[in-house]
Amino acid sequence: MSAETALRDFRRRGRVVVVGASLAGLRGAEALRAGGFTGSLTVVGDEAREPYDRPPLSKQVLLGRTAADATTLPRRHGLDVRWRLGVAATGLNLAERRVSLADGDEIEYDRLLIATGARARPWFREAEAALDGVFVLRTADDAAWLNRRLAAGPRRVLVVGAGFTGSEIASACRERGLEVTVVERGPAPLVGALGGVVGAVAARLQRAHGVDLRCGVTVTSLEGDAAGRLRRAHLSDGSTLDAEVAVVGLGAVRNTEWLAGSGLAAGPRGVACDAGCRAFDVHGIVTDDVFVAGDVARSPHPLFGYQFLSLEHWGNAVEQAEIAAHNMISSGLARRPHLWVPAFWSAQFGINIKSIGVPPMGEEIVVTQGALEEDRFVVTYGFQGRVIAAVAFDQARWIDFYRRLIESAAPFPPDFPNVDRRAGGTRPVPADFPDPSLPSHGPTVTLSGYSPSERRLQFTPARA
Amino acid sequence: MTQGTLLKQITDYANRADPYPLYAELRRTPVSRQDDGVYAVSTYWEILSLLHDPRISSDTRNRLPGMGGTLLADSEEEDTGLPPSFIRLDPPEHDRLRRLAMRPFGPPHTPRRIHDLRGELDRMVTGLIDGLRDRREVDLVDDFAYPFPVMVICRLLGVPHEDEARFHVWAEQIVAGIDPSSSEDPAQRQQAAQRARAELGRYLAGLAEEHRRTPRDDLLSAMVTEQDPRERLTPIEMITTAVLLFIAGHETTVNLITNGMLTLLRNPETLARLRKEPELAVPLVEELLRFEPPVQFLPQRTALTDIDIAGTVIPKGAPIWLVLASGNRDPRRFEDPDRFDPERVDNQHFGFGSGVHYCFGAPLARLEAQIALTQLARRLGDPGLAEDPPPYRRNPVLRGPRHLKIAFDGVVG
Repeated sequence: MSAETALRDFRRRGRVVVVGASLAGLRGAEALRAGGFTGSLTVVGDEAREPYDRPPLSKQVLLGRTAADATTLPRRHGLDVRWRLGVAATGLNLAERRVSLADGDEIEYDRLLIATGARARPWFREAEAALDGVFVLRTADDAAWLNRRLAAGPRRVLVVGAGFTGSEIASACRERGLEVTVVERGPAPLVGALGGVVGAVAARLQRAHGVDLRCGVTVTSLEGDAAGRLRRAHLSDGSTLDAEVAVVGLGAVRNTEWLAGSGLAAGPRGVACDAGCRAFDVHGIVTDDVFVAGDVARSPHPLFGYQFLSLEHWGNAVEQAEIAAHNMISSGLARRPHLWVPAFWSAQFGINIKSIGVPPMGEEIVVTQGALEEDRFVVTYGFQGRVIAAVAFDQARWIDFYRRLIESAAPFPPDFPNVDRRAGGTRPVPADFPDPSLPSHGPTVTLSGYSPSERRLQFTPARA
Repeated sequence: MTQGTLLKQITDYANRADPYPLYAELRRTPVSRQDDGVYAVSTYWEILSLLHDPRISSDTRNRLPGMGGTLLADSEEEDTGLPPSFIRLDPPEHDRLRRLAMRPFGPPHTPRRIHDLRGELDRMVTGLIDGLRDRREVDLVDDFAYPFPVMVICRLLGVPHEDEARFHVWAEQIVAGIDPSSSEDPAQRQQAAQRARAELGRYLAGLAEEHRRTPRDDLLSAMVTEQDPRERLTPIEMITTAVLLFIAGHETTVNLITNGMLTLLRNPETLARLRKEPELAVPLVEELLRFEPPVQFLPQRTALTDIDIAGTVIPKGAPIWLVLASGNRDPRRFEDPDRFDPERVDNQHFGFGSGVHYCFGAPLARLEAQIALTQLARRLGDPGLAEDPPPYRRNPVLRGPRHLKIAFDGVVG
């Protein structure tokens, strides 16, 4: 049977298993059907719920405006999928192409899509994490429990970690009129994602909205009463803080444990895959029947020195799933690369934040539109003389332009006049990331073309 | 036919009924320099990219002399004593004025304003159609598509409906001022437009004073009674903003509704479906905004620096026309673009523009068109076009029929 015939046969009656009933899992399943796959399609998910949307969980749901179980993702009418919900995948046998499930079942596949995502990193001491009043926020259930507790009006909420999730939770608490203390190990909120200059704006916004923000401090332990209820937290500066609710926002852990020993290149940082979303095995050899998409994937990106990027972004999950699905039912030159420029948004303290590119690669920044002190601006990040990222506060509608600058490796600092460029908007300052881990010099790669379907890579060898 | 004269032909009144073949011609060069110095941008991705490009200004004071683009009046504000409204300004001024205007109009401060108007809009449409009971023919423009949005914008702003006739004259004169195709002397047209703007401004200033004394549930009242001085428009800003909203809320929706009915009558199977499935109105109006957009192009943009796009360099200070209606028919973006398909998916059209100047009144225009077309489809018995194509208004930017004669067999319900 020729490869073409085999592919046609697979498209007609092959077996696809998607592990992860998530945004990526659902969009992947839909894209398979939309692409003409008519074989059997099974989606496995460890939560009993149908695929739902997570961004509202730390926003509308925590404000009590949307019910936690009301964020189910819209899906294509009549999507022909066999759902296996409420049962986790526990193992993968690559040789026999089989996924084993927690209930003892096994499902055979011809092609597999791994979209198991990530989960909230729990508080590091199990006994303290189990105290009544200690929460994480990742799932709809988490959001429902936390919302119920916030609605009861705790005297003070402690947020551990001022990343995006922690900051959004603090924002929701303030909007509900609750007292909030945010404890952040770094010098400012969002500093790891956006750097110290923008972090200082975030800090000012939090304090202006009444957050008790403590930076450069960590929580060393959580203390409960005899009934197992959270009472107070002990901080690294020796102080204690009374709080009835603590939300742990210390980032996410990738769900790859079920792949241990499978022979795939899976670890704490995710499952490595190529730009076509095909998983690597532990030898670094690419598989051709196992695909990866969403938060659990790590894939090399030509625009960023072929580094493996792990992205926890909504838009990335959608696009990577669609490309994985396309490549699962295509061959050779018809396959497409995942060239998504990282982008995410956040809403906190009345401000819409949008980021494009990879800000932590930035060495210097320049304010290209608006002004930091007005809380509405675009800052552009430069890396080795080119634009590598941009972050907008309440200026999201310009962000597409900056994506184009990143894709075309435009010179940094941008040397053109534009609307709302202020005096001083031409002078770069250090981006001030706490722990810069910059990659070595490499060739320059740019994307060309305007239409997403017609974009091509251009490769410029590094100057000697 | 050379590329350099295409815009001239597009603005020529003789081509008003069907400019789309000319747009197709224009798209052969995505960014083309016209003989008068204007750079016409006609393809989807290039328009999208320039709409989000901060090197493009909406403030025509950034145009450099000798760069051409005299087709359109650039100076409507001169001599009226009124500063430019936010549609003709860049950030940060644009952002501030638009945000303050949005406060009483939409989210986040007034998220329910438009939603809560639904019942009232429905009753207005019912009343207008009830008025056609004894008729067998209607001019949809004069008897429906014009009066309805005027009633709505008057209600929303807080303008007494009795004064409508005066507005009609002012609005017509103001819009004529930006009509590049008119045969009348442009200087005279502009003077008339400036006078009309000034008169309308004076009228609204008087009205604002009345609303300050007796506030009601409308935008003018909300603007004049705003307590926080940082969130308040100055009196002059309030007038320019009100004039802008009044004209924009007035001269665009009429075309959306009229183009909608015209398109439905040309596609009777879709009209029949809408009658049975009123929920079709939502995607149908989106397709209409793509297929027959009420604003055909944006002629006010200017390059702040040399811009290299699609193989052409638009020089600093040059006028740029973003031909939205052409982008909406770009086959590289929309499959089978000349087909009216009310169920089109992935329909990211330019019917309301894009970027920071994205149509302020979009949610209102959508709702008006959805309600109007649904009721017209349901209640006009066996309607048919009395003439096709209908006579068009002169204006090539705000393009739409001047009259739309429809023969019908009584009013249902």
